[in-house]
Amino acid sequence: MTDSRLILTELEQAMLAGDLGPAIAMSMRLVVGVAKANQATRLIEIESAHADGCLYHGIAGLEYTETLVKLGGKVKVRTTTNVSSLDLLHPDLVRADGAFLGNSRRLMDAHLALGCEATWTCAPYQTGHRPGFGAQIAWAESNAIVFANSVLGARTERYGDFLDISAALVGRVPFAGLHTDQGRKASFVMDFSAISRELLDEESAWPAMGALLGDIAGNRVVAMTGLHGDLADGGLTEDRLKSLGATAASSGGVGLFHIIGVTPEAPNLEAVVQANCETMKVTTEQLRASRDRLTTAVGDGLDAVSLGTPHFSLPEFESLAKELKSGEKFADSIDFYVSTSRGVLGRAEEMGYAQILRDAGGRIVTDTCTYVTPVLNPRIKTVMTNSGKWAWYAPGNLGIATILGSVKECVASARAGRLVRNDALWF
Amino acid sequence: MTLSGSKRLSGRALHPGRGAGTVLILDQPISFWGGVDHHGVIIDVHHPQCGVSVADRVLVMTSGRGSSSATAVLAELIRAKKAPVAMIFTECDTILVIGALVSAELYQIRMPMIELTAQDYEKIPTAGIVQVEASTETMVGFITW
Repeated sequence: MTDSRLILTELEQAMLAGDLGPAIAMSMRLVVGVAKANQATRLIEIESAHADGCLYHGIAGLEYTETLVKLGGKVKVRTTTNVSSLDLLHPDLVRADGAFLGNSRRLMDAHLALGCEATWTCAPYQTGHRPGFGAQIAWAESNAIVFANSVLGARTERYGDFLDISAALVGRVPFAGLHTDQGRKASFVMDFSAISRELLDEESAWPAMGALLGDIAGNRVVAMTGLHGDLADGGLTEDRLKSLGATAASSGGVGLFHIIGVTPEAPNLEAVVQANCETMKVTTEQLRASRDRLTTAVGDGLDAVSLGTPHFSLPEFESLAKELKSGEKFADSIDFYVSTSRGVLGRAEEMGYAQILRDAGGRIVTDTCTYVTPVLNPRIKTVMTNSGKWAWYAPGNLGIATILGSVKECVASARAGRLVRNDALWF
Repeated sequence: MTLSGSKRLSGRALHPGRGAGTVLILDQPISFWGGVDHHGVIIDVHHPQCGVSVADRVLVMTSGRGSSSATAVLAELIRAKKAPVAMIFTECDTILVIGALVSAELYQIRMPMIELTAQDYEKIPTAGIVQVEASTETMVGFITW
């Protein structure tokens, strides 16, 4: 190797030289390129991958993936697929033209040809792909990365499309950054002890915290204190951390956070912080300002509700079904969407939750998401969501005005046909 | 394109290549997916430079942020010749480096990327044309103006 700092094993050198086939060599060129940029001294083997490159963004991604197929590539480790641009279970939902549909489908097919599992979800951790504590993995999709690192205690760098699939083909990634003990130490502390317990029990507090975390952290690892939660409580804490992480990975480049006493690597502050760490005490005003950045709409007009970014979990379906049990329907003027994976939908059908949602007038989107592909009716201008990530991206992606609220407030608003939100706790 | 050529900064090469263009310093990081459209224009409504084009510029920002799909969006912008000609960070952004590597692999278009120290980052001129040259043989990159 020309870079003396990176040492490859004999096998890895053979892979790079093309001795194990051209798809392995092409993948290895990408992995080695990233290793040099990240100043890794060696590669490490991975247990699994999650591939984000199946969402269609243009010809370049399609050509990269189809080239790997043409060259005979196959994944070496378990690899799940992220959301695509299409809903294969409900094909009429996506409003797109022939070339987009054709290329999106080719991109999905290319991933399957490489040996990926057809999960089509941004939340593979909800459908059985949960790497263990300390597992070295190559995951892409910003929410999946921050969830795997923070909530599962697995180890992945913030990877982008194509490195994920290439790492899966060679079964290796550069040993650097969030793969290493040192790279996982927090360099900043955020203290939430001044925030009332009532506000912390409010669903929207978590995306608001995420937006603030992303703003403050940038790409740094942050430790948070003064928060409560129990990852064995049946899903509530997990869904809150999903929401927090997804929003922080949208407003910032957060790949890992620690919550002292809650997330698995952080039994206490000493275990996760670097020396001389600065601490910021978060105020209710700051949290409210972050929440308000996720609302771009003015007034109480509303055209639609979108839940499930990242994909709606089974516990979220259960609490939505409880909210809908009176049987009261959504107003005719409101379109109500829930995005989820085909895996979770199967379970939600068995439990009857999906039918309760449809009976109220809701529509279920699978394999994709309402903000990455044209699903919403063009008449829709203002959308309420429980997702900080959806609220962050929809104004730019879709030209839509957003309102952030809890699932409870989204249901009340959808029934009333206008915004219903309780602000009392935020002041 | 004229460069006075009298001033130079050096940093760590993240991706090899050579290019020159007008400097664009971003006040905040950006996610290429959801933040830049397919013409290279910033569409992130939360970004202070929303509406500005990054195409053909030497893009300077502390790091990237957000989506993993920024890789695919950057690779597609490079293919369509709507991308910046070079990028300068204070912190290596793996997601964007992968986009540059993929474009070099598929289209032999090499976009230089350099990581500077925070002190040197402050010395980049705020306007005018600069040249960026990076080699991953030597792992060194230069910015000249």
